Amino acid sequence: MRLDSMEAICLGAKEAGAQFWEAVLLYDMEERQCIREESMAKMLTVWTAMVEASDSYTGQRRSVSGLVGGDGLKMRMYNRRGESLCGDYVGRVIAEALSMAESNACMRRIVAAPTAGSCGVLPAVLIPLWNQQKLTQRQVIEALYTASGIGAVIASKAGISGASGGCQAEIGSAAAMAAGALVHIQGGDMDMICNAVAIALKNLMGLICDPVAGLVEVPCVKRNVAGAMTAVSAADMALAGIESRVPVDQVIQAMGEVGRHMPLEFRETALGGLAATPFGKEIKQRQKERE
Amino acid sequence: MADIFDILGPIMVGPSSSHTAGAVRIGSMARTLLGERVVSADILLHGSFADTGHGHGTDRALLAGLLGMDPADLRIPNAFEEADKVGLKYTFGEIELMDAHPNSVVMDIVGESGLRLSIRASSIGGGRIMVNELDGIEVAFDGSFNTLVIHHVDEFGTIAEVSRLLSNYRINIANMRLSRHRRGGEALMIIETDQTVERKIIDWIREFHGIAKVTYYDKNKEAEYEA
Ligand code: SF4
Repeated sequence: MRLDSMEAICLGAKEAGAQFWEAVLLYDMEERQCIREESMAKMLTVWTAMVEASDSYTGQRRSVSGLVGGDGLKMRMYNRRGESLCGDYVGRVIAEALSMAESNACMRRIVAAPTAGSCGVLPAVLIPLWNQQKLTQRQVIEALYTASGIGAVIASKAGISGASGGCQAEIGSAAAMAAGALVHIQGGDMDMICNAVAIALKNLMGLICDPVAGLVEVPCVKRNVAGAMTAVSAADMALAGIESRVPVDQVIQAMGEVGRHMPLEFRETALGGLAATPFGKEIKQRQKERE
Repeated sequence: MADIFDILGPIMVGPSSSHTAGAVRIGSMARTLLGERVVSADILLHGSFADTGHGHGTDRALLAGLLGMDPADLRIPNAFEEADKVGLKYTFGEIELMDAHPNSVVMDIVGESGLRLSIRASSIGGGRIMVNELDGIEVAFDGSFNTLVIHHVDEFGTIAEVSRLLSNYRINIANMRLSRHRRGGEALMIIETDQTVERKIIDWIREFHGIAKVTYYDKNKEAEYEA
């Protein structure tokens, strides 16, 4: 089996009498020539690193440019007041996404998922459940295999870097991975995973990469929230039995097409979008003087 | 094919896999290839490394690598202070290279016993790197294999001898590239292997006629063997 289409993974899983996540695990054992326990232990280190990053966040650090830092803390405090429009879970998701993405911008340790810029999306949807003891370690590990399989398919068919496909490739891919992970946790089947992935990708399709001054700070940090919220809604829709009209592998193809047609200005060059606003240019100038 | 731990990973200090994690790897690769503790480094940044390097912590990341840290090391943000602590002197500048990857760096480093290495390398995305030039000789290897870098005099027989030794020890050569210095005489053998190359084998290679220097990059340990 290869991780080059969602269909391939689903078929591989069915043939092996396994679930989606397990098919990805089997692939990894084959690919890296390791036993099940080794692969799962490695996945556990990934999870541990995510939890550590979240636990050690204080909101005190600022990024090198000074643009980013402290918003995760603000959101945590706001949530505590119990006034969040989104309610408990989604309020926490927002706080986690901000905290993790800020941690990245402020040179703390994170897990690229699939990239450093989009590192907040996947942990953001999982950590609130974990902290409230609604998840076992086993479930988390399974969810991470699910997510990595989805990411691998997108990487092979469309790309997962802002430079190659815009922000849809980073935040969009991360949202799709997180959506699939959530569906698995909530007991959804393979078709539901595929639908969640398709819906998440469709809803973020076309998103450009336009980091101010070329730094992974603005708009990256808050886009992690957009990715996480998209993931939650896509998962809920899929679990409700809502289907994506366009089949998932075709959505991924389309996303790759959109990325290839995206002008260079919108692919991490910091020449377009928010990077090209007067504010963006000013920050760039200020950065230059400091270099 | 994709490794799923490239999708969920690397575990790294932010903010950028190419500008930070990749830069740490370049630094640690340079230290490994030098084969000893680095005491001085003159670092020239090219392209996007020069433009956004400071904001991405590329400068600190390169130093961190030269100090022997890996991309997940929490001391990376304090690499300047760490360098001062152990007496690593450094300078940073900019350079415009022809036909180079936008995330490129040129470093001249000196080790504690006076060994020198000049390296040009680039960070090619997702934390992966490519070594492009060593001591003026063009090369291309990325540290995804165990790598032997052998400086030798360009003489008949040396290459055959080295490959025979490796095959005797059942070490499979995945790739082998030879490059000569433009001025002739001096040559480089870059051998990427599937298996780990043990210390004693490296010592034997050093004994061969015409071998000037051998360094080894172990992809699992990022270990260092002195030249
Ligand atoms: S805007 Fe660009 S750099 Fe920022 S998260 Fe999106 S893809 Fe990454």
